[in-house]
Amino acid sequence: MPMQTVKMVITGPFSAGKTEFIRSISEIDVVTTDEGISPESAEYGTKEQTTVAMDFGRITVDDDLVLYLFGTPGQRRFDFMWEILAEGMLGFVVMVDSAKPETFREAKSILETFRAYAPTPYVVAANKQDHPEAWVPDDLRIALRIDEHIKLLPCVATEKESVKNVLLELLYSILEEMDS
Amino acid sequence: MALKGNLADFSTTQILNLISLARKTGTLRVYAPVETNEMITDGAGNKRKKVVPGKERASAAFREGRLILASMGEQDGHLANVLHKAGKLNAEQARVIRERGAKYSDKALALMLINANYVTQADVVRSIQQHTLDIVFDLMMWSKEPFVFEENVLPSPERITVPIDLKNVIIEGTRRAQEVRPLEEELPNLDMALKFPDTPGDKFRGIHLSVEEWRVVSFINPKNSIRQVAKACNMTDTEIRRVVYGLLQAGLVELVRPPGMQPPPAKAAAGARRSTLQAPAVKRSVVERLIAKIKET
Repeated sequence: MPMQTVKMVITGPFSAGKTEFIRSISEIDVVTTDEGISPESAEYGTKEQTTVAMDFGRITVDDDLVLYLFGTPGQRRFDFMWEILAEGMLGFVVMVDSAKPETFREAKSILETFRAYAPTPYVVAANKQDHPEAWVPDDLRIALRIDEHIKLLPCVATEKESVKNVLLELLYSILEEMDS
Repeated sequence: MALKGNLADFSTTQILNLISLARKTGTLRVYAPVETNEMITDGAGNKRKKVVPGKERASAAFREGRLILASMGEQDGHLANVLHKAGKLNAEQARVIRERGAKYSDKALALMLINANYVTQADVVRSIQQHTLDIVFDLMMWSKEPFVFEENVLPSPERITVPIDLKNVIIEGTRRAQEVRPLEEELPNLDMALKFPDTPGDKFRGIHLSVEEWRVVSFINPKNSIRQVAKACNMTDTEIRRVVYGLLQAGLVELVRPPGMQPPPAKAAAGARRSTLQAPAVKRSVVERLIAKIKET
């Protein structure tokens, strides 16, 4: 039997925690296309590296089923990659840095963009909930105008159990979609 | 937990909407912006100078999602001044009351003024209500100040508070908004339609809409695009945006895609082809196997 691959996309604004999310759950070292941030760059000083094309992680279920996780680049200048990465996705996760309101507008814009790409289920992960200035998920839902039937989940992308919970909720949403 | 941010990213209107919908209790403090040399990035990776809070410029208190009191940093919110501003006391009366009544709380002072027939209780309530609204409408015009919302922090019980429904405040504040560009950002596509919320409840109860706004409301139907509603109401794009934005922010209507309208083009990908990508055909058993695997991971 040929191996079946299933793909999920992890998207969100710059520095939302997408790479960390994949790193926490992937069975392989995440294949990243990060590059260092130059002192002239907007992001210099905020983090050392940024994703320029994609992150790639893998979870092997068995001999004939593999889940691929693709992380999108957060910066707008690499957004030509988004549609390519969205092709054939089973669902997607929108990561939001709960402690950075300056990124909420972009998060909403990215969410709408991915919704337009494909009618697949998605969840929103309110990342960095361990940060003292994090907005709670209920407030984020109103701030981002997320419909009540869309799951908005607290998340700490560096913690595996938290990441598992987000992926499981996305898979449950996919099941519900199949049932409807 | 305090909500922190900057009005450049999350406007006063959005904050009021959040407070109203979440029925929050607490105090919103808005500060003078002080620019630093530290750079921050927005979600798209654009850089700008970090702004930190300076001196407090205004505050507004809320109880269970309703505005109850506001004060402006440099303004003296003494009851005598509020009543003078409202025309209930003349300048001399206000001066004397300020001097002699300095040791009294607002509530005690109001009681004395009412008993002395200077003012009525209704005068006090209306004056404080108008004073509060004037400050919040000013606040709604600000666009670059840092803010903090402190949950469960309220004014002293000695202050007189008047509950005001935020939906009306949001609608009136939006009427006064002169900036067109933010409205275009918030409501870029006039080909979308509007519908009433699935659970409207008593949202329209007590709402004070203008004739113009009621006309728009009367045309709300998922089949009518906003552009069609504007045409029917003889409104310009700016006028309809202002009305619809206010109704949206107050939670009275929701945006929907009218029948036959294609999903919005993915704005990002430069030169990207129009894409509604097909979801892959995956069997239920595959998803169940993925769930089992992730659970055991």
